[in-house]
Amino acid sequence: MLTAAKFEKKLGAATREAFGRALVELGRENPNIVVGDADLTKSTMTTYFAKEFPDRLFECGIAEANMVGIGAGLALAGKIPFVSSFSAFVMTKGFEQLRVLVAYPNVNLKVVGTHSGISIGEDGPSQMSVEEIALACALPNFVVLSPADEVATRWAVRWAAGHVGPVFIRTGRPKAPIIYSADARFEIGKAVELVPGTDVTIVATGLMVAEALLAAGQLESEGISARVLDIHTIRPLDEEALERAARETGALVVVEEHLADCGLGVRVAQALAKRHPAPVEFIGLTGYAESGSPDELLDKYGLRAPNIVEAVRRVLGRKR
Amino acid sequence: MERTKDPAALASICKQIRRHIITMTGAAKSGHPGGSLSAVEIVVTLYWDVMRHDPARPDWPDRDRFILSKGHAAPVLYAALAECGYTPKETLNTLRKLGSIYQGHPDKRFIPALEASTGSLGEGLSVGIGMALAARLDGRDYRTYVLLGDGEIQEGQIWEAAMFASFHKVDNVCAIVDYNKLQLDGFVKEIMDLEPLADKWRAFGWHVIELDGHDIPALQKAFAEAASVKGKPTVLIAHTVKGKGVSFMENSPKYHGVAPTPEEVELALKELA
Repeated sequence: MLTAAKFEKKLGAATREAFGRALVELGRENPNIVVGDADLTKSTMTTYFAKEFPDRLFECGIAEANMVGIGAGLALAGKIPFVSSFSAFVMTKGFEQLRVLVAYPNVNLKVVGTHSGISIGEDGPSQMSVEEIALACALPNFVVLSPADEVATRWAVRWAAGHVGPVFIRTGRPKAPIIYSADARFEIGKAVELVPGTDVTIVATGLMVAEALLAAGQLESEGISARVLDIHTIRPLDEEALERAARETGALVVVEEHLADCGLGVRVAQALAKRHPAPVEFIGLTGYAESGSPDELLDKYGLRAPNIVEAVRRVLGRKR
Repeated sequence: MERTKDPAALASICKQIRRHIITMTGAAKSGHPGGSLSAVEIVVTLYWDVMRHDPARPDWPDRDRFILSKGHAAPVLYAALAECGYTPKETLNTLRKLGSIYQGHPDKRFIPALEASTGSLGEGLSVGIGMALAARLDGRDYRTYVLLGDGEIQEGQIWEAAMFASFHKVDNVCAIVDYNKLQLDGFVKEIMDLEPLADKWRAFGWHVIELDGHDIPALQKAFAEAASVKGKPTVLIAHTVKGKGVSFMENSPKYHGVAPTPEEVELALKELA
């Protein structure tokens, strides 16, 4: 286990890059792994798979709805298809197909959204996915994964391939800070307690896990003991870990690179309302962002460690 | 079930299927009889003659696949599956009732022999192409048939799929357009005309066969031709009559989504005796 003060932000591979590499590994192990992409193989990194297994990569052109349908057909005929595009496109243009062809009949399709959140940067809001957690969680039967770094992503992709049923995996464009050592173990639906703590719990997912760790380090130097939970599985949500956090630390801050009113935060709040109500502060987006570098955007839209530290102070003030 | 190539025997099965469609939708007091009746010859020719399948082995990997993309025509498929022996005939009249396997639109959760759950229009062709790609990867020679509604092909996804199938030379998929000229709001040509329809499919790289969708020998010949065409997918543009076989339902927009009353059921069954 880490101590917060020891965490140093070192960049590893982007989670989309880790997805592309994991897919090739899987492709070598299992001939039933096939891939669909919609003219973004060089961005989603399915290009690695395409190079090694050209017959098993189906280029669908810029037609996400058809790609999801073809993926469903491949799955119904016994293949293990991964379809991939920017989250902003596959989850919106493919949503209705995901609903009727995949979620409702519980079809074994894996959907990987890349370029999630605002950290895609310069391309701007039309390419930024800030609603995908809400959309994925509105599809019953889907397992929803949001890995924080390359190691967690490799696990998520491999887990998805072995699971019979639909899975959505959220990945990002920029290089992601390294959170885990290569031998880290994960369990589906179990939050990872990265840092123990007794005063407050910071609940984070994806790229925000690193910011949560930085915040915990800052708080530690001020004498505040912050627990950090990485929610790599958004559904099924680890309600037990959240309840424990509420009981043991009495206050929580949820941080996500997503619309705050329909993402991880509301799911955490629902779990706590059911199990053990506690004050919670929410850090996320309130609307659409704009063009800029990923770092500039995370600063401007308040998705940084100092924002988390402020929220911790607020929530500690509300603690009974 | 007894497979047959005899058009007269197939026609007699069609009549039986039509009786089921009338009684099922009549009992349900809702449903889509018109677009079910227009597709009877297509479905019967496929299930009793053309398709390789075995009701005793619904999961046979080499079976041909049938996808009812126009899912609202579920009664014609249910009647065929029941007559083939996949599902019970006795409960056909529980159509659309709580707990019935015969759901309002085809639902794989209730009938595993269904190849896909459908009901949202425009999606089935993509699924069929996915299955055809899997056949190709696995070196299997099964074929996939997708039945489309005419109104349905107003959906953009159909044309995404059409473009994909010809570009990727998916010649083991066969689409059939049940061109009955009517959709919910009225005549197709008045809602959103499809013409020139054959030219559209040709422009998308498909082999096109236009025929009378109630002419069983013509359907048999067309399906054989489709199977022999290599390097491109085939579409049958099947000109049909909505409500076919029941005089007062034929070409009537009313029976797109309205079930026959008990009196109408009686009249229809007399015509189908």
